[in-house]
Amino acid sequence: MPTLSISNMDDTKQHVFMRPATAAMRSERIAFNVFRVATYAVLLAATIIFGVIFIKGADTIFQREFPFINVPFLVEAPETLHVFDHEGQHHEMGDREFRKYMTAHENPTIAEETYVYSAGGIFPCIVGTLFLVVGSMTIALFVGISAAVFLNEYSRGGRVVELLRLAILNLAGVPSIVFGLFGFGLFVLFAPVFASAPDASHVYIPLGFGYLNFSGWGVSLISGWFTLAFMVLPVVITASEESLKAVPKGFREGSLALGATQWEAIRTNVLPYALPGILTSSILGIARVAGETAPIMFTAAYVVRDRLPWQVEHLLDVLFQGVMALPYHIYVVSSKIPQNSYTERVQFGTAFVFLGLVLAIALSSVILRNRLRARYRW
Amino acid sequence: MSSELVDKPSKIVNPPSIPPTTDIAAAPMIEVDHVDFYYGKSKALHSVNLNIAAKQVTAFIGPSGCGKSTLLRCFNRMNDLIEGTRIGTGEIRIQGVNIYDPTVDVISLRRQVGMVFQKSNPFPKSIYQNISYGLELQGVKDKKRLDEVVEKSLRGAALWEEVKDRLHSSALGLSGGQQQRLCIARAIAVEPAVILMDEPCSALDPIATSKVEELIQELKKDFTIVIVTHSMQQAGRCSDMTAFFYLGKLIEMDATQKIFTKPSQQQTEDYITGRFG
Repeated sequence: MPTLSISNMDDTKQHVFMRPATAAMRSERIAFNVFRVATYAVLLAATIIFGVIFIKGADTIFQREFPFINVPFLVEAPETLHVFDHEGQHHEMGDREFRKYMTAHENPTIAEETYVYSAGGIFPCIVGTLFLVVGSMTIALFVGISAAVFLNEYSRGGRVVELLRLAILNLAGVPSIVFGLFGFGLFVLFAPVFASAPDASHVYIPLGFGYLNFSGWGVSLISGWFTLAFMVLPVVITASEESLKAVPKGFREGSLALGATQWEAIRTNVLPYALPGILTSSILGIARVAGETAPIMFTAAYVVRDRLPWQVEHLLDVLFQGVMALPYHIYVVSSKIPQNSYTERVQFGTAFVFLGLVLAIALSSVILRNRLRARYRW
Repeated sequence: MSSELVDKPSKIVNPPSIPPTTDIAAAPMIEVDHVDFYYGKSKALHSVNLNIAAKQVTAFIGPSGCGKSTLLRCFNRMNDLIEGTRIGTGEIRIQGVNIYDPTVDVISLRRQVGMVFQKSNPFPKSIYQNISYGLELQGVKDKKRLDEVVEKSLRGAALWEEVKDRLHSSALGLSGGQQQRLCIARAIAVEPAVILMDEPCSALDPIATSKVEELIQELKKDFTIVIVTHSMQQAGRCSDMTAFFYLGKLIEMDATQKIFTKPSQQQTEDYITGRFG
């Protein structure tokens, strides 16, 4: 067989291994280009979304002077923007500044335009979303890991367990607005509250030392936590089960052969090595929990609220405070009030902060996961 | 995975810890009394009847699937972890106690009857933590005592000189033979009465294998050892008594010398001379 050498290639570069012009080669090229275009389309969509939010949001968030970040936007509550001309000058100011200005100039009559939520900042929203994410992920991780341990380590197979798994999978397909309604019906309206006197308008159970009134938790952090936790539970359970399955059986057998109980074996020799995988699933959960509006619309979020969750008399009341939330604020500012360039600033600024917050929480989860991976290497 | 926790609840009782026998000839350490064993519907052991003497090495030999590993795993009730397994009529008694009695605490049983697996499974912790794991399960926290036991176990497994400078490095960094000796050290750290070894050398090279075999000869001074092996040469080198199994039945059990020179059953002779299996 002639070898491929320079002497075997004539001037027109014809040789033994020429690419043929067959139909198979043509359809190969077409298929390759289709796949390539599809991938780039996805990349383009992501770039456009993140790019637009970044560029327009940066307009609101960053400024040219020190400290380069629009700090009032991040630490103040939302206010109404007043836009007016006075003494030849164009003014735009929020509520408090406006009131000071009016008293300082003895309440002149001016033609002003007001734009609601377009001044001040989104601090209560940031706080609210942070509280909601941390609380619901804690509950979801605890319940999810426990369920995964039960399903993977303790349960024998059988009809009941198969039904359980089916139920968990179905939970993943429930629309988020239905979760909102579920949370509203169960937690907001019907959850048990411990009180010293019975509430006659609701179902109550007398305990010896008080009463358990099923009067609901109201629109509150705790209602939102449980609603969001149940929404993200299927992801956490599935990922936890996969992580537990990945831990070799030899670890469990070795522990048991040394006289460990099953829980001791799991706690000391299985769970630590499954945790990195479980935390990876939590990152997806965090993004989802932070961004869903429908579940929190009736269970935890207010359109506007003056008090921050910790401004309460008793510590435990923090659980029962409603909050503002970033995705809900975006919704309100984008569709519930008239649109103009002022509200657009707030929208993109809020979206930017929202993405930044999710990134920060996810990053801390990644850091924690990497630490655990390094510590429990197997 | 099934577990005794999902099973019917059993009364947790700590049986008295098995005292070292001075009277070796009299009471056998393990008595297998006409035991049947089932995996679901299929019968894996047919009326097996044998005794295992204390502080000796007993080898189980036989072709694949003959039930030797099954019987071994019965002794520390590791078969309970597999679904659908059950013992039929017959009893297994260790130091006179029927281990399938509902009052027996499986955890205590497994502390007294240790196991070394075919594929060495060192925990992905440090060498020190691997050995101290069994003691920490029992609640021992005193660092000095743990240090002592770790050194004693590693010396007992002929591993101390090789690892004494890197006790806190990962056990996964050891070679295959060292890992298996680590698993042996881990098993002897809790001072069991019996050590079960399920083909401990099958994944090791000849030099590591010979080290483990030497180790077994040392260990039998303190522990009763039951070893399942595919290698008849190993059974011949290591053990005092040998039991030959075939298709779930015990064909013959006798002193190793006798089995390998003048077996009384034809099947035994066929297997040993390599005519089948």
